[in-house]
Amino acid sequence: MILNLQNIYKNYNQDNLEVPVLKDVSLQVDEGEYVAIMGPSGSGKTTLMNIIGCLDRPTSGTYELAGKTVLDLKDREMSAVRLNSIGFVFQSFQLMPRESALDNVSLPLSYAGVRKKERKERARKALERVGLGDRVGFRPTQLSGGQKQRVAIARAMVNNPRILLADEPTGALDSKSGKQIMELFEKLNEEGVTIVMITHDVNIARHAKRILYIIDGELYDNEEEAKARLTAEEDSDEQERVSEEKPASAEMTGEKEAES
Amino acid sequence: MLENLRLSFQGIWSHKMRSFLTMLGIIIGIAAIIAIVSTIKGTNKQIEENLIGSGSNNVDVQLYQGDWPYDLSYSSIPQGVPVITDSILQEIQDLDEVESASLYLMRQVYDGVYYQNTALSGGYVYGIDTSYFDTTGLMLQKGRCFVEDDYSAFHKVAILDEDSANAMFEGENPIGKTIEISQQPFIVVGVVTPKEKFEPVINSIEDYYTYSEDTSGKIYVPSSIWPVVYRYDEPQQLVVKATGTDTMTSAGKKSADILNSYLNVSDDTIRYKSEDLLEQAKEIQQLSESTNRMLIWIAGISLLVGGIGVMNIMLVSVTERTSEIGLKKAIGARKTVILGQFLTESAVLTSLGGLFGVIVGVILAEVISKLSATPVAISPTAAIAAVVFSMVIGIVFGLLPSYKAANLDPIVALRHE
Repeated sequence: MILNLQNIYKNYNQDNLEVPVLKDVSLQVDEGEYVAIMGPSGSGKTTLMNIIGCLDRPTSGTYELAGKTVLDLKDREMSAVRLNSIGFVFQSFQLMPRESALDNVSLPLSYAGVRKKERKERARKALERVGLGDRVGFRPTQLSGGQKQRVAIARAMVNNPRILLADEPTGALDSKSGKQIMELFEKLNEEGVTIVMITHDVNIARHAKRILYIIDGELYDNEEEAKARLTAEEDSDEQERVSEEKPASAEMTGEKEAES
Repeated sequence: MLENLRLSFQGIWSHKMRSFLTMLGIIIGIAAIIAIVSTIKGTNKQIEENLIGSGSNNVDVQLYQGDWPYDLSYSSIPQGVPVITDSILQEIQDLDEVESASLYLMRQVYDGVYYQNTALSGGYVYGIDTSYFDTTGLMLQKGRCFVEDDYSAFHKVAILDEDSANAMFEGENPIGKTIEISQQPFIVVGVVTPKEKFEPVINSIEDYYTYSEDTSGKIYVPSSIWPVVYRYDEPQQLVVKATGTDTMTSAGKKSADILNSYLNVSDDTIRYKSEDLLEQAKEIQQLSESTNRMLIWIAGISLLVGGIGVMNIMLVSVTERTSEIGLKKAIGARKTVILGQFLTESAVLTSLGGLFGVIVGVILAEVISKLSATPVAISPTAAIAAVVFSMVIGIVFGLLPSYKAANLDPIVALRHE
């Protein structure tokens, strides 16, 4: 088992009021799995991803990554876990605008202390793996959205992490590029990469082998159960459809309001 | 580290205008300091040059009684001052700091030197050996030098310097003419002049009193004839040529020590002393330096202001790049990596400012020297120190912004657009 989260609770302190964001979330992911976690805005899915990604710590609960408990690690050791065991893919790509694709991809390697020559070699291989072997020297501004996301995926994969974490990886892409990214994920998964993807989009989630649902901070592995929960909250569902029509910005602001 | 440097230059280059304006405070501060330091050093160099002259590096070692040179015109010959033998002279010449050394006898002339009706007033008569002109850097202008025969046959011959020739002969050719020294006739055989003429730069009346040389003239005669005009066993004086300007002080002191070790005087205020021009120069230099030191402090304030400007811009830069910092932290950059990146950028920014400042300062110093007719002495040490100091400013004032960047919460930072 690569991920083992048990009874995770996360509260945020807002105006001296404890707001629960995750309620008793337990999640197990095996090596080589491809899991999608679906949920509407404000459901706590980004918070869950931050916890899985060792960017945030839960209020209570236990978390083992590849058999090792990570919650009592120091900040410095958490950095090392992020560097070596986790690959991040973000909705907004998060590439260094002035660096070439190759330099962007080799960034994590430089933090790992890999020598320059080997860095270039490995970064080039990672770019070839995502089908950008001919765009090595291009800057993000010279690449399309789909290509940028491929560079980001190459960067996430370059350190051979135990798990690839993707937060709305197609959220800022048109449907054609989005489909290509999904094909790439499927290909990587076939090669043995464990993927955990967070999305609000059913069509994207469908590509995963297992879909989990998160609603109001609670995790369900059954669609019916989640639907039952959802119908009780018609309002938020309608909000969700609106945000699907203009995906990126609406999603982001929604989450900001919920969590900041 | 190299990666950080590359990133820093990239960052600075991508905001050329902003970076330049940020650097301006540092540039002005460093330029002012370099200009002031160069002017101070230039003035000091000038003071030294004015006193020491044009590199003949001569130090006189004379017999003193108390604080004043032993004056033979009014005193009897002191007891216990031995003749300086060739072996003692050799001992002095063997000193590391000494290039050559010559003995001479000297009297100040109050009266008694005439050409026809013209008297030489003030001025000096020197009894010299054959090496004296070499040691003191004097060169024959016309006529001849003393030869061995002049010494052994006690010829009454004299060589004048330009001042005494002008004073007594007023344009007439002195060669072959007879002058009178203490009622003895001497035939003028030559005129000497310094190999390198040196005119002190005089900018003020103080400078004039400090540097203007005694121009009352010198007359040289062979040392062997000395007892005929003056007395036997007069104490000898020494002139040494040091190996360089820096060794003048120690060459003089060591020579005086050697001579003093042979003294056997009952009056222990009678000592050989070397004139210490460097010491005198330092005293004058200190006066001019103390005023300029204040200026350096004022320029230092500009550096402080410049440093605060750098801190401000670095804070802006951290805010601008919040999401970049968030990403770097998310993908595994440690705090120290982020800290290093921003500290490097800040240090590079101020070091560049320092470098430009040095260039501007050098130009400024040149302009000042042109305007005030003082030489410039650009100190490489000061230039390097200025750049290093700018770097330190960058690190110090970059600490707060860098620390802020390093401690950003990656979750918050990533969400920042």
